[in-house]
Formats: sequence, structure tokens, C-alpha cells
Amino acid sequence: MSFPWAEQYTPKHPVMQWVDEKLPLPRLVYNAVGAGYPVPRNLNYFWNFGVLAGLALVIQIVTGVIMAMHYGANDLVAFGTVEQTMRDVNAGWLMRYAHANGASFFFIVVYLHIFRGLYFGSYKAPREMVWLLGLVIFLLMMATAFMGYVLPWGQMSYWGAKVITGLFGAIPVVGEPIQTWLLGGFAPGNASLNRFFSLHFLLPFVIAGVIILHIWALHIPGSSNPTGVEVKGPQDTVPFHPYYTAKDGFGAGVFLIAFSILLFFAPNFLGHPDNYIEANPLSTPAHIVPEWYFWPFYAILRAFTVDFFFIPAKLLGVLAMFASILLLFFLPWLDTSPVRSGRYRPTFRKFWWILLGDVAVLGYCGGAPAAEPFVMISQIAAAYYFAHFLIILPLIARFEMPLPLPGSITEAVLATYGKTDGETAAVPAE
Amino acid sequence: MVRIGAFLVGLFFAGWLFISFLVGAYSYVTEPPAATVEHEFHLAPKHVAFSFDGPFGKYDKAQLQRGFQVFKEVCSACHSLKFVAFRDLEALGYNEAEVKAIAKQWAIKTPSVDPATGEASTRDPVPADHFPKPFANNVAAAAANNNAIPPDLSLMTKARHHGSAYVYSLLTGFQDQPAELLKHFPDAKTPEGLHYNPYFANLNLAMAPPLSAEGQVTYGDGTKASVDQMAQDVSAFLTWTAEPKLENRHRAGLATIIFLLIATGLAYMSYQNIWADKKKAAV
Repeated sequence: MSFPWAEQYTPKHPVMQWVDEKLPLPRLVYNAVGAGYPVPRNLNYFWNFGVLAGLALVIQIVTGVIMAMHYGANDLVAFGTVEQTMRDVNAGWLMRYAHANGASFFFIVVYLHIFRGLYFGSYKAPREMVWLLGLVIFLLMMATAFMGYVLPWGQMSYWGAKVITGLFGAIPVVGEPIQTWLLGGFAPGNASLNRFFSLHFLLPFVIAGVIILHIWALHIPGSSNPTGVEVKGPQDTVPFHPYYTAKDGFGAGVFLIAFSILLFFAPNFLGHPDNYIEANPLSTPAHIVPEWYFWPFYAILRAFTVDFFFIPAKLLGVLAMFASILLLFFLPWLDTSPVRSGRYRPTFRKFWWILLGDVAVLGYCGGAPAAEPFVMISQIAAAYYFAHFLIILPLIARFEMPLPLPGSITEAVLATYGKTDGETAAVPAE
Repeated sequence: MVRIGAFLVGLFFAGWLFISFLVGAYSYVTEPPAATVEHEFHLAPKHVAFSFDGPFGKYDKAQLQRGFQVFKEVCSACHSLKFVAFRDLEALGYNEAEVKAIAKQWAIKTPSVDPATGEASTRDPVPADHFPKPFANNVAAAAANNNAIPPDLSLMTKARHHGSAYVYSLLTGFQDQPAELLKHFPDAKTPEGLHYNPYFANLNLAMAPPLSAEGQVTYGDGTKASVDQMAQDVSAFLTWTAEPKLENRHRAGLATIIFLLIATGLAYMSYQNIWADKKKAAV
């Protein structure tokens, strides 16, 4: 589907006409990410992160497939084959560091993409399905990243696998059999490593499939925009190509520069030194922490320290950690305000900033040792996290007085450029 | 219905977290956590400058050779270096013949099989071999070292925070236990057979000070072999064993970033160019 004024794919070359009749794949691409997709003209730089997440996935798949060529999924040799890749494979160090840091950058852009959606109300009707599929991608990413971190079979790999699969052990009665079944043994071992490798190879392609659904669902209503006002006519949109391909090209450049700085000059900055020690089931590291992108959820897990009558604190923590992600699936029905964009919602906007700070605090506590005062801080921060989504947002939606909305996207754009007209007129065009 | 359910779930989690906070805060106030000896006396690694620091850093080959000599004459008696091969030493500036000689004369021999009888035996290492391990297995290593297994050193500088500085600090950090420590933590006296070192995570380690006297090794290049110098050199060498491709990485990084800056600049200009008419039309 598209707006009626979308440009039509008209192949000129006879070969392309022939292909279009038999398999209209070029037409599909043209309508999806080409000139055939009209996009609001007022998207800001925060709308770059969807494409950047796609770029990050491509980097992960390319470097990952090459890593897999040199990897041995066996607990006796896994650590050594990764080291061999770093030392003896042509540009192996580059593939390995790009893959490890690429995972971090994938999460960085996805978190920015999610917080963009939260601020501008991108989850609201008619785009609920886009939001839900996005969350499915996020969950798949977390599973993939967790299993990938186990593969080098270092100390943090091993003990991280032990702790995370141990979460299932908290489930009453069936917990321990489930944990044993997931690991293929009573502790992480060769069986666990092999299945994690198999799934770590498979899931990125599942993610790619869900991304196609995510984009498909997006193209039904068309992209949202910073005003949250729907497209009203052709004057409100520009074709995706060349306008947003050019903007995304610039965004990709900035992304790759940031990525390269870390990759080439501080490749172990985001990692943990303990993972350069080979896995040893007899020696527990002093602090077991997951990778940084799981820290907020890890903090929520550890924040529960008091049993709730017959429910042990550990099980509560596990339930809360899963709930902290699952509640996002209900967000389109929790925030009922008809106004999408945080720009026109003064109260909502303040709480959005509090949420951002809150998640940062949770992240910090999740990476810190499980000791006071970090546990107390994460208890308050986790309480706010749940209150924000489940209590505060529905209340704001009911009582907030939104600011007046612009009549259309074009009106909002004119207001912006009208104001700065005098200053920008003197700047020569490139 | 969704919102009522959400409200109740939110109230439960937030409420119980708040109660957990109150319980935690109460016990924090009534029984403040006792200070631990590690918390009070453990030190962060010393600051030490190396030639490979920073984005343009390079290894100092003369220093790596000195560090290798310290490893060969001191560390290798107990510590393995299993991810490094003799052939890798060419990166330190040795030529093929020198590497061959180093391998052949290595004190520890490579496990092998007697070609005549099939029985286990040993042979001289060749450049393609990795450094042979000083002990046949962990049991032998523990038996020879007061029940502690000397860790492999290939990745040591990446397996600790600020690894290069850590190795240097540890090697120069052996000392007597401070009187202050024994006064406040009488139970924390260093046990028999261990050695006090504030740079080690739990303050007492099994390794005796390996670099104890000036001139313990005699450097071929005439550098004075003070304990500090030997510790710096071997830290540099172990940084190389952990990250042998550091120079390639810095070089490739510089080229990549220069390329990306130009490409991104061009991308920005074409972005501005393409949007120029839209921004004008809006005025």
C-alpha cells in the first residue's frame, strides 16, 4: 500500500520490463525503499536509527559468517579457536573485534530507535503492529547476543550461561528439569555450547525475517514523523529515494566513524577482562556481570531481595525482569493519549526524560557489584520503571492538556523555516 | 481492562520493590556492611607509560626483546605461553635463523612420540610449535607450586583491568604487610607460603617475588636491568603476546577513519544538495 501520489515504477529497459512481468522484485524494492515510498518531509536525525540497525545486522551477519568458518564449537577447543582467529587468520582480529563491538553498536542504535519511538509515540495507532514486531526483534536480539557471548567459552561466557539458565531454575517444580533440558546437562558444557552455536547462527536470519515484517507493517500506514500529525497530502511527503537515502548515507557515515573509533582504538573497552580467561567450572569470578546492554534488566533481576510470602525473591526477580520487557507489548493500550508526539505533551515529555535517566541509573547499578548502595538505588529505579509504564503513563494520558497541534506537516515545516528565513538566506547553497 | 490489570501489576512490583528497599535500608543503617581488608588495602595499578599507548602507539622492539629475555630466563620456569608460537617471535625483530635457534635451544622440550617405539618422548621445538608448557598437567603444576597453578600468560594483560600496568604493578608491588592492616584486620595476616601484594585482588598470592634483584638478567643491549626496568619490559612483552596485531589495528584504524571522514563529508554535501530545493520551497 502507499499514498495515491506515490511515484510508479516504470521500467524503461526491455530486460527490466521482462523481469517486472515475471518477478516484480525490483518493483517491490522500489516501493519499499526507493522513490515509490513517500515519507514525511520533516523527519529528524532520530529517524536514521532504523536503517542504522539494519546496517548493524548486516555487519554482524558478514563478520559472523566469517568467524564461524574458523570457530570450533567444542568446549575443549572453542577458546583456542577464537584466539587462533585473532592471531593466525588474515584480518581475523578485525572480524572478531568488529563482531564483538558490532553487537554493542547494534544495541546502541536499537535503544536509540526504541527511545525515539517512546518519545514521539510511534507505537500508537495505526502503528501498533510495527511496535510489536519491533519488540519481537528486540527479544530475538537479546537471545542471539546472549548465546553469542557464550561461544568464546571464557569465564564470563561460562558463568553468564550458568546464571541466565539458572533463572529458569527459579520456576517452581519444573524449573530444574527445564534448566537441565536447556543446557543439555547439569551445568554448561559441550552440549550447551553446540546448541548455542547452532541457534546463534540461526536467529540472525529469523531477525532478518521479522525485520521484513516490521517494514511491511510500517508501510501500511507509512512512517510516523516528529509532529505526530498524519500525512494529509503530497506536499507533506518526499520520495524515500533520493531524499532519505541521502540522509541515511550521511547517518551511516557518522555511525561507522563512531564504530571504527571503538573497534580500532579501544576494542575491549566494552568487554570484560574475565572473558580472556578460559572457562573454568571450578573457579567462580568475583563479579559475574552480563554485557552492558543487559545491565538495566540485570539490575531489575537483582533488585528483588525480599520474599513475597510463598514466592521466593529470586523468582520475583525473574518474573519482574521478563515483565519489564513484556509490558512494552501493552504500551499502545496503556498510553491512550490521542496526541502522539512528545513535542505537544508537556507532562509526558518530563516523565520521558525521567525514564531515560532511570534506565541509565538501572544500567549503572546492573554493571556494579551486587552490594549496597547499588541494590537500594536499583530498587527505587526499578520501582519507577514499572510505575512509569503501568501507572504514570495511563494517568498522564487521562489528565494531561496537550499543546495545540500544527494543522499539517507542511505547516510545521513552514513555521520552522519561516522563522530562520532571514538568517539562512545569506548562506549559499552547495 | 488492560489498564486496570496494568495498574495492579505496576502497583505490586513497584510496591514490593519499595518494601524491599525499606528492608534493605533498615539493615544498612542498623548493621552497616563491615569494611573488608581487600576494600581497604587493594590498590589500583600504578600509572606507567608504554610506547604502545594511545591511537598511534607502536611496540618498541628492543623492549619486547628484553621482555622476552625476562620471560625466558624467569617466568617460563613456571608459566606457559600456549597461544604463542616461536614463529611469532619474528615480529620482535628476530630473523628466521634466530627464531630457529631460540626454538631449538628452548629449555622445555615439546612432547612427542618416539618414532621407533611409539612411546611418549620429547623433541626440540621448531618454529611452528607453540611454547611448550613447563608442567605436564595441572596436578604437576600445583604440586610444584605450593598448590597454586601458575596461570598461562599469553592473554594475561587482556585478562585483567589495565593489564599492562597491572603486570608491572604486581611485579614491583611485593612488600611487607602494613602495620595498619594487621592492627585493623588481625585475621588477615598473610598465611604461610603466600606473599603480600596490594595489587593482587585478594592481597596474598602464591608466587614469590620473581624479580628480586638488579641484574637478575643481563641485557644484551646494555640496558641496566633494574627491577623496575625488567618489570616494564616483561609487561610490554606480555602486552604483545596478548595483542600481537596491535600495530596493524592502529594502522588500519587510522586509514579507515580518514577514509570515513572524507566519505561522510561527501555524503553530507550530497544530502544538503538533494534537500536544497525542499528547504527553499518551504520558505
